[in-house]
Amino acid sequence: MKISRTEVEHVARLARLALDPAELDALTGDMDAILAYVDQLKRLDTSAIVPTAHAVPMANAFRPDEVRPSFTPEQAQQNAPAPDPAGFRVPRVIE
Amino acid sequence: MNYEVVIGLEVHVQLTTRTKIFCGCSTAFGQPPNSQTCPVCLGLPGALPVLNYQAVEYAIRTGLATNCSIAPQSVFARKNYFYPDLPKGYQISQFELPTCRHGWLDIEGEWGVKRIGITRIHMEEDAGKLVHGEAPGSSQSSFVDLNRAGTPLLEVVSEPDLRSADEAVAYLKKLHQIVVYLGVCDGNMEEGSFRCDANVSLRPVGQQEFGTRAEIKNVNSFRFVKQAIEYEIERQADVLDAGGKVVQETRLFDAQTGMTRSMRGKEEAHDYRYFPDPDLVPLEIDAAWIEAERAQLPELPDARRQRYQAELGLSAYDAEVLTAERAMAEYFEAGVALLPTQPKAVANWVMGDLTRKLNDSGQTLAESPVTPELLTGMLRLIEAGTISGKIAKTVFDEMWATGHEAARIVEEKGLVQVSDTGAIEAIVDEVLAAGAAQVEQYRGGNEKVFGFFVGQVMKASKGKANPALVNELLKRKLSGE
Repeated sequence: MKISRTEVEHVARLARLALDPAELDALTGDMDAILAYVDQLKRLDTSAIVPTAHAVPMANAFRPDEVRPSFTPEQAQQNAPAPDPAGFRVPRVIE
Repeated sequence: MNYEVVIGLEVHVQLTTRTKIFCGCSTAFGQPPNSQTCPVCLGLPGALPVLNYQAVEYAIRTGLATNCSIAPQSVFARKNYFYPDLPKGYQISQFELPTCRHGWLDIEGEWGVKRIGITRIHMEEDAGKLVHGEAPGSSQSSFVDLNRAGTPLLEVVSEPDLRSADEAVAYLKKLHQIVVYLGVCDGNMEEGSFRCDANVSLRPVGQQEFGTRAEIKNVNSFRFVKQAIEYEIERQADVLDAGGKVVQETRLFDAQTGMTRSMRGKEEAHDYRYFPDPDLVPLEIDAAWIEAERAQLPELPDARRQRYQAELGLSAYDAEVLTAERAMAEYFEAGVALLPTQPKAVANWVMGDLTRKLNDSGQTLAESPVTPELLTGMLRLIEAGTISGKIAKTVFDEMWATGHEAARIVEEKGLVQVSDTGAIEAIVDEVLAAGAAQVEQYRGGNEKVFGFFVGQVMKASKGKANPALVNELLKRKLSGE
């Protein structure tokens, strides 16, 4: 097994997904198969390959430090379920 | 049991760029909620971040000023977690490949000079701000303001080299001074431009391994850092002495009570699943770029302090005071450039009357009506003997009030020093005649009354008598000539 049911549960919780036991079983099977498939790459010899951080062979895309127009507060909250002049209204967050 | 405290600091330095790190929204403080937002910093689908060049320059300069090596390649990663102030569900930060590594700062104190290692400095974006509703009917709500989301930060991570709250404060002050000198940060701790998390652990004296640490979050003044660490040392010692174990956790400092308290809830999973952000290409910094940034560095406080002592002959104390802030050091140096023969006089006036006036009026050096030109103009009049040091105080106050040149003030107010021997002699004679009793005392061996005569003469001349001449004449006359 490439991945355990417990690990799938953990990842689901990190992603805030509520899964019932049947879904967990199904996903564990699917993810195990996906990881086994990706594992085929291990058969290649990559010892001479430089690790890469990006698929595009490019570096250094910059913008100058110049202010561009922003949204108005109303535009920013146009799709929000509970817009408010004080900000996006969300359930109270207690620290 | 006797414990040794081990402290490492993570400092968030907010950069003074005009715009955010990955979009063109303004970073100005105190604007209406969500008025500085766009698709990029709101995390709207399809929006793409583009790195602010100025932020990279500031990161390189900060790295160089803290003796870091600058990485030829650094990579932005996604740090994944859910919180309402983080619209994308991840924070863009640098993880495995930060821009600056392996630096250090020297701190001075009762421990002598101690070198504190800097593990890394990485670039990242700030999150938004949560406001917990106080308005009627909003007790069940919090409000999210994303103006701050995407503001560029440097996170400066120290090695666990600090061994007391005082060392931690000295390190913080040093770092604060450097980033403000560089102009990469405004240093405003109240507005959160420079904030600190402290990792604190205890171990029995002599033990090599570190104990379990607690992380104290977001302490926003030097005084609170000291309080928070001292409280945490006591708390952990009590836990250990009682046979308990320190829990690895995040704690919040409460400035009201001076205590730290556990922040459960954020504990849940320190599982951020970092991976390189595919929306951003790697950052590559070559030697030429590093040298170009090095050329932009101002002379830093330590170097300046040493130069003031070695080249200008100032005391360690004077050098320390004058270099504490870059604006003051630059003002002082502008004065010395105009009057190279008198660095000590310039220093005294800058640290004395000028600082007093600035403090009284709450003005900054940039706003000072007395410029280095005006100040040195006045010092030249003292040097030439036109005015005495005492009169200069009056002239200085007048310059502050009017912004006029010293020479003009001296002329208009008739403050020219009297160096006419005859005129001073007449006053001296008067004073001696009126103080026959003190003359007897002086001649009887009480030399302290000499100061009394000087004071009387200066008073009678309205402070305009040349003090050297006054002294000379008094001595001669009192010794019986």
